[in-house]
Amino acid sequence: MKRRKFLKATGAGIAATGLAGILAAHRAPVFAQANTIHILRWNDFVPAADKVLREVYVPDVQKALGIKLNVETVNANDIPARATAGIQSGSGPDIIMLLNNYPQLYAAGGVDVSDVAAEVGKAQGGIYDLPKAMCTVGGKWVAMPWSTVPALISYRKSWFDEIGVKEFPKTWAAYHEAGKKLKAMKRPIGQTLGHTFGDAPTFAYPMMWSYGGQEIDAKGKVIIDSKETVESVKFMAQFWKDAHDEGGLAWDDSNNNRAFLSGDICATLNGASIYVAALNGADKFKTDKGAPLHTDILHAPLPSGPKGTFPYHTAFTHMVMKYSKNQKGAKEFLRWAHTPANYEKWFVVQKGFAIGPTTQWEKHKMWDADPVMLPFRTAGRGGRHMGFAGAPAQKAAEAWNKYIIVDMYANAASGKMTPEASVKAAAGELAKIYK
Amino acid sequence: MRVPVVTGAGSAASAALPRERASVSRLTRMLESEKLLAAALLTPGVLVLVLFIAYPFVMAIWFSLTSIRVGDPGEFIGLANFTKAWNDDIFQHAFKNTVFYTFWATIFKFALGMWLALLLNRHFRFKRIIRASMLLPFIIPTVLSAFAWRWMFDPTFSVMNWLLFHTGLITDRLPFLSDGDWAMWCAVLVNTWRGMPFFAITLLAGLQTISPDLHEAAALDGAGAWHRFWHVTWPLLMPVTLVVVVFSVIQTFSDFQLIYVLTGGGPANSTHLIATYAYQVGVASGLLGEGAALSLFMFPVLFAVVWFQLRYMKRMEGH
Repeated sequence: MKRRKFLKATGAGIAATGLAGILAAHRAPVFAQANTIHILRWNDFVPAADKVLREVYVPDVQKALGIKLNVETVNANDIPARATAGIQSGSGPDIIMLLNNYPQLYAAGGVDVSDVAAEVGKAQGGIYDLPKAMCTVGGKWVAMPWSTVPALISYRKSWFDEIGVKEFPKTWAAYHEAGKKLKAMKRPIGQTLGHTFGDAPTFAYPMMWSYGGQEIDAKGKVIIDSKETVESVKFMAQFWKDAHDEGGLAWDDSNNNRAFLSGDICATLNGASIYVAALNGADKFKTDKGAPLHTDILHAPLPSGPKGTFPYHTAFTHMVMKYSKNQKGAKEFLRWAHTPANYEKWFVVQKGFAIGPTTQWEKHKMWDADPVMLPFRTAGRGGRHMGFAGAPAQKAAEAWNKYIIVDMYANAASGKMTPEASVKAAAGELAKIYK
Repeated sequence: MRVPVVTGAGSAASAALPRERASVSRLTRMLESEKLLAAALLTPGVLVLVLFIAYPFVMAIWFSLTSIRVGDPGEFIGLANFTKAWNDDIFQHAFKNTVFYTFWATIFKFALGMWLALLLNRHFRFKRIIRASMLLPFIIPTVLSAFAWRWMFDPTFSVMNWLLFHTGLITDRLPFLSDGDWAMWCAVLVNTWRGMPFFAITLLAGLQTISPDLHEAAALDGAGAWHRFWHVTWPLLMPVTLVVVVFSVIQTFSDFQLIYVLTGGGPANSTHLIATYAYQVGVASGLLGEGAALSLFMFPVLFAVVWFQLRYMKRMEGH
């Protein structure tokens, strides 16, 4: 091809795909047209899992499907901004990992993956109800559940033993009493009531439900301003003052891990990441008596309130983006990744911090290795969704994203508002959403 | 001397020459016209302004008048987003916070910046190194320095709490970021630390334009240090001060990074500024229309500040 001809051809190409093209198509140009998949995920709290993605999945999927997998990881708090930017500009990662009920918020930007969900669910004993609720809109799967991080309480067994609590408290009142004694010994409970994606909602929502409080009823009417909710907030305010590290109001999702590992707190609601870190760093993390810290950690479910216990676990899902030029490849990748032989490679390094999306993974032999992790095994079976008893829809996601429930407790715990006023403020915010 | 032989290709080239010359002379004639030259020189700047400032601004106004949310273009809803924002308790709190944060941070930056500029205007050893090192807080990316401060204020592992505790000054940890009021003052402190060098260096540049003769004359007339500052330095420094204050107010009022990293708007929304709250609503929650309306509340305030400054400068020029 002669230079002039080449310039003419490329010039026409640029004109077609240039600024005019971008404006006409309402989307930024996409340059990588080969069978490449760009997946955006969080920086896993179990770093070994990200290593599996980069060092095992990337070469394996290239060999198996000819897909070049680009793995990008960011702070989980930055994912919503990336998803919003991607959907609005029509360009970005082909697959975005979403947390909690974000699939509801970004439903319009996701491809229907009902076929993948049906295949995986059928082959693996069915997908758990909680991730299903997060990922389906009008019966259609807008995202594919990948894992769930169950929230259980990690606690220092010997410290609870010392105050005569041989078995972890079964009720909030008993937990309050134990926490009070431990705080007096400079061993408070550590919990965040900050603007976090994981530990704050997994603590605040179940607290409300356990007293019988709800954001809305089944018809979507805001009913949060109830005697039950006020009671739960009153309890939290006192519980916070008596038993907690009050700095928790400014904690993010990793503060409690650090505080627990350094021996500053006696218990915290968390995934199993603390235990996994203590196991992996047995030489580094020790008890006050010099034993490996992991030997003094146990896990327990949240205590019950007057109406029982209703946990909330953080769901992690994959959304294939509608703007993706390689939707077919992205779905192929998801099918491949969910194949037991491939999923297992990622699953085992999690050591139970994240559990599988289907019941089949409860039967994995990994669970036989460590009895301390057993409470996580079937944790995926329970749980309520935000926005209960209504649908886990966009409005519930909006309420969570504005931290309305978390702030309701934080306002009372900090003494900024009375429990009654803080519930009223939350009701006012919810009313604007569910109008 | 041998004349080079013109080949066939050379003939073609020589035939093109008159055409090139003609176009060059046309271009020269065009550029000789002041209007056309001005237009040519301004065009790139105007294009940048239109593309990167005017277009997003107009889009933000349009978004604020619609119910657009992520993935859904929405529909025109008039001023509903503005009304909703106006009646929103968190927004009202964020607005007050923004005014509080801007006011105190600017006062501290100005006072400390002026003090530092006056010190640095003197002659002393290692003057240049100290002047350069003073710019460090301004040079370090805000995100990095805010992270460092966040660690220093960490509720559990704060080095400041550790120091105060071990020196016996406190018996319990101070709630740097876990109490709303403390957290707001911490944010003001970090902003002051970061912005003070800008004030100091700019005011220092202003101080160096003031002729020492004026100070000598005032001193001969018996003026003390305070009187020399108040009646000589201050009036001459006024135009520079005004520009620095206005720039600082604009930057501080629309600050985002520092609060986002330091407190994330918490605890319980107590440190949200307009920008961080607009981000939470618009980007994190996907309510682009509401987020745009919230952020546009900054516009009239900043417009008033700039208008006041321009008016004042004009009056000063008149004098």
